[in-house]
Amino acid sequence: MNDDLRPICLIIGALGGEGGGVLADWITEAATAEGYPVQRTSVPGVAQRTGATTYYIEIVPTKRQELNGRDPVLALFPNPGTLDLVVATEILEAGRAMERGFVTPDRTTLIASTHRIFAIAEKSVPADGRYDSDRIVEAAKELARQPIVFDIAALTRRHGVSLNAALLGMIAASGVLPFEDDVYRDAVRRAGKAVEANLKGFDIGLNAVREPPSEAPALEKRHTSTTSSLIPQAMKQLPAPLHAIAAEALPRLTRFQNDSYARRWLARTTDLVAAEKTADIGAGTVTGEAAKQLAVWMSFEDIIRVADVKSRGARYDLMRDEIGAQPGQVIRVTEFLKPGIPEWADMLPPTMGARLRAWAARRGKTMNVGLHIRSDTVLGFLMLYLLARLRWWRPRTLRFAEENADIDAWLAALKHAMTNDMHLAREIAELPRLRKGYGETRTRGVGKYTRVMTDVVAPWLAGTPPDSSAATLKALRQQALSDADDSKFDALLAKSAGAPSGSFDKAAAE
Amino acid sequence: MAERSFKKEVEALRLGDGETFHGEGILAVTKALLQSGVSYVGGYQGAPVSHMMDVLEDAQPILDDLGVHYEGNASEAAAAAMLGASINYPMRGAVTWKSTVGTNVASDALSNLASAGVKGGAMIVLGEDYGDGASIIQERTHAFAMKSQMWLLDPRPNLPTIVNMVEKGFELSEASSTPVMLELRIRACHVYGSFPTRDNVSPAISSKNLLEESDFNFDRICLPPSTYIQERLKVDVRMPAAIDYIRDQKLNETFDGDLGDLGIIMQGGMYNSVMRSLNQLGLADAFGNSRIPLYVLNVTYPLIPDEVSAFCADKRAVLVVEEGQPDYIEQALHAVLRRADLNTKLYGKDVLPMAGEYTGEVMLRGIAKFAETVGHATAAFDDVGKTVAQLDRTKNRAREILGQAVPARPPGFCVGCPERPVFTAMKLAKKELGEFHVASDIGCHTFSTLAPFNIGNTVLGYGLSLASSTAVSPNFGKRVVSVMGDGGLWHNGLTSGVAEAVFNKSDGVLIVMDNGYTSATGAQHIPSSRAADREGDQDRVSIEDTLRGFGVTWVRTVRTYSIDKVLDTLKEAFASKEKGLKVIVAAGECMLAVQRRLRPTNRDKIARGERVVQPRFGVDDDVCTGDHSCIRLSGCPSLTIKPNPDPLRDDPVAHVDNGCVGCGVCGEVAHAAVLCPSFYKAEIVHNPTLLDRMLSGVRRAVIGTLQGGGGQPSAPTPAE
Repeated sequence: MNDDLRPICLIIGALGGEGGGVLADWITEAATAEGYPVQRTSVPGVAQRTGATTYYIEIVPTKRQELNGRDPVLALFPNPGTLDLVVATEILEAGRAMERGFVTPDRTTLIASTHRIFAIAEKSVPADGRYDSDRIVEAAKELARQPIVFDIAALTRRHGVSLNAALLGMIAASGVLPFEDDVYRDAVRRAGKAVEANLKGFDIGLNAVREPPSEAPALEKRHTSTTSSLIPQAMKQLPAPLHAIAAEALPRLTRFQNDSYARRWLARTTDLVAAEKTADIGAGTVTGEAAKQLAVWMSFEDIIRVADVKSRGARYDLMRDEIGAQPGQVIRVTEFLKPGIPEWADMLPPTMGARLRAWAARRGKTMNVGLHIRSDTVLGFLMLYLLARLRWWRPRTLRFAEENADIDAWLAALKHAMTNDMHLAREIAELPRLRKGYGETRTRGVGKYTRVMTDVVAPWLAGTPPDSSAATLKALRQQALSDADDSKFDALLAKSAGAPSGSFDKAAAE
Repeated sequence: MAERSFKKEVEALRLGDGETFHGEGILAVTKALLQSGVSYVGGYQGAPVSHMMDVLEDAQPILDDLGVHYEGNASEAAAAAMLGASINYPMRGAVTWKSTVGTNVASDALSNLASAGVKGGAMIVLGEDYGDGASIIQERTHAFAMKSQMWLLDPRPNLPTIVNMVEKGFELSEASSTPVMLELRIRACHVYGSFPTRDNVSPAISSKNLLEESDFNFDRICLPPSTYIQERLKVDVRMPAAIDYIRDQKLNETFDGDLGDLGIIMQGGMYNSVMRSLNQLGLADAFGNSRIPLYVLNVTYPLIPDEVSAFCADKRAVLVVEEGQPDYIEQALHAVLRRADLNTKLYGKDVLPMAGEYTGEVMLRGIAKFAETVGHATAAFDDVGKTVAQLDRTKNRAREILGQAVPARPPGFCVGCPERPVFTAMKLAKKELGEFHVASDIGCHTFSTLAPFNIGNTVLGYGLSLASSTAVSPNFGKRVVSVMGDGGLWHNGLTSGVAEAVFNKSDGVLIVMDNGYTSATGAQHIPSSRAADREGDQDRVSIEDTLRGFGVTWVRTVRTYSIDKVLDTLKEAFASKEKGLKVIVAAGECMLAVQRRLRPTNRDKIARGERVVQPRFGVDDDVCTGDHSCIRLSGCPSLTIKPNPDPLRDDPVAHVDNGCVGCGVCGEVAHAAVLCPSFYKAEIVHNPTLLDRMLSGVRRAVIGTLQGGGGQPSAPTPAE
């Protein structure tokens, strides 16, 4: 066919409620006002309820009056290989577009925000189920003709404008559509909603593409601002890979208990470092992970710690920040605590605590009492504050005794494993990750940890661990942390506890 | 007012001769109905034609001006029955619903309507919910057209053709005394385009021009021998009349091409996709000039045999593009060719898939396969393979870099949804009571079958959950729970479920979600809708009173957000010695509706300097250990995760984002499930009063002193 006119095709991939529809409206309106034939369609329906929603637009880049009465046929579906512009309000949607072949190096400009709105499958995993979105960015750079990919959401948040307005500015800046900047601005004005804010958002998007802002990478970690008198000693005793960990761990444990408790961490870690040296494996190979886990474990989450975190001075600012309170606004805070017999038994001396637990187990009741504590009031705060002051009592509690006994057993296993299997030792170092949560979640986590340690690790260490031990342990940990349903873990554990020790027996017999 | 207001858009319905309409497909159809002089319109909401109901409701003043009666019907059956007005009287009328589910519900009335035949044009506008984004079982309306002898229009998906087919459809209906169905796929319903308008036509019979005499004709009643006469009429009179009209008015279209030994026959709705793929393969330009001749069926039932054989006569191979299964059209075309003794080879479901939506990619591959299979003496098809190979390379490369499939993003309960906590309670109940059978229903609550709840064993249809439990109940070791929305209850659940259960003394548990609207379809009103949201209308039928009126004695109404209470009530229903149906009315207004009212009000108040307290939830990230059990019990979109700020921990922690509306479920979940102490509720007081500020000042001072004077090392501060 000799007439090679073809429409400009664009997709907007959004999530329900993100304003993708409004963005599509602005573009349609701009095209109509300029006299370009335009067609837009969408698949909202049930997907509007938080699901992925796509809008598809075709614009003929020749004005209607210049078409001499001929009507172009515009499609309702995007054909892979024909897209000029793909807009994704979130990076996963950009990945989806690429999976479908909508992004091609010869044609497609890809505008995508790298921020994450996690899918339910990602966020419901008991540990870390996040999709590796760096891969999507990598794919975008290779597959798009013009990739415009950065954290647009952070930009719009900083300026208090909406994402779709900034995206409109970025579309304008990409130059894919045959409109001057003011055509877009007029479309926003005609739509008549939040005009000033959206025009501001448009300009922010426009400038972000034309003069990309030098972006400082967002700091994900909140490092401690305090130090500890033990740090100089730690720097001397510990190898370099452990210094950063010590700088966090020591103040944390001083805060949790006191200097002598922090010193205990240092002693335990030093001990592990010595074992690592003896085994002649690189410094930090095992202890890098172990020292971290040890610090987290030693600052376990009992009532005292929770009360301490919730009554700290810095929390107030963190909280205001988290909920976006503006200066001058008053905030009222309610805490939801529901301690029961298990939590109180934890706080008693070991024998009494154990008796209370046994009694509750017989009665089949945990007697949890739901508390709503207004921690912004003096009385509510005092409750938390006084609980947090109970640290002096902590070393006398059942929980303290239990945690530290388990820690010692873990350290012993770790040292033992380091002498004959570095890979196994690394896996043992990771095992405390299973112990997380509160209440029933914690009970189940600790239960899984204990079963792995007693049913699998202990028999191995009593003899020579099989070659597959590290892989088996890794599989068990990953299963426990990737699936809240315990049945698969139970099956795997039964298999691991049976098979490897069997092969071990055989190996011993030979 | 429904979820979306069309108050502004409906003004386009007033356009007259020589003006141009710009807007969505479904609004264009409404305009076409008014241009056709309908006396009455109605229907039942459901994507993708929900907006048509919203448009009609918002267009009430315009309809009143013309004397057109609008009825929001109680179900599709009621809507179809309303078309009965056109049996006796020369009134044009149209109704709309989602197909095929709505057509299933309507089919009793439709059979009778089609058998009796119509004097006035009767049209059913169907949103064919098939393919990407569909929320129902995948079937075709085509079967209904064939079995009841109704004509099925499937226009090319551009506004001028759609509008033309509405207008011609009424004429076809009257010329053949048969109701017609206008089928619009999802994307056609939502397509934004333009068409030249005509003046609206005031109906000859209307509320302004009343009928005086009733028309009695036993021939139109469904009793023998009339039914036999009606069947003969269908075959001997109506079908031939329809075929003549379709042929004479050229409702189907033929487009020539230079590759005259080939052809493509397609449903009208497929036309634009076929053209785009031909264009991409170098076989057509952007203006619809195709090298392969085309025969476009804007009417897919009945076929016009002489048109078909004329198109196929000089062709060696013809491709049939027919979306969905079974391949009714392809089979019928085979029969036509056989009868005409033509040897043209038909391709169709052998190069295109039998099932599933014909998306751009599917169409491209199908047409390419056809081209490669039949080949051509010219070089026309030489580059076809290259386009497909290029597509394969791009997709494979993307997959290679991505490494694993991008996670799906299924729909789910909205932020602050009142239905979600009911399923949290149910998940907790299952922990305590063991697994039990749950009969689910149609509505937002069907999302309970998805993660993180995965609750619901069956879905049998709208309002049918209780009915679907009747044979499980007596054969299951525990009481069976049925979940039904208020929409489903009024649609038919009250009779097919509640009345039947009371009559048969069934022993089960029914949870009715009383959120005040048919929320899944866009918050249309139902008899139990909250009066506050309906202008000038103060009556509201109480669900609890209705149930008691039906003879249910065990009824408990609970606020859904009180998870503890819902859980206790559920356990009570399981433990109760009382036999018979036990109904829990789970009350909580649709949060979208609440927010639609609240947001602007609060915004205005804040702007005026008035005191407004806005609650929302937060998580102490130092307390959260990142096990996400809260998420597995909630699934709220605003309850999400963020990178762990603790330098010694890796797993992401729970986080409540700015979408939070402060519904309270996070706190309730933390309590009911004895989860963890990480959650807090923060109430932001906008424009605090002097008292607020003083009280807060004193509190901050006392607390600050305690925090500062504790002799503690100062706590970590935020990095920024």
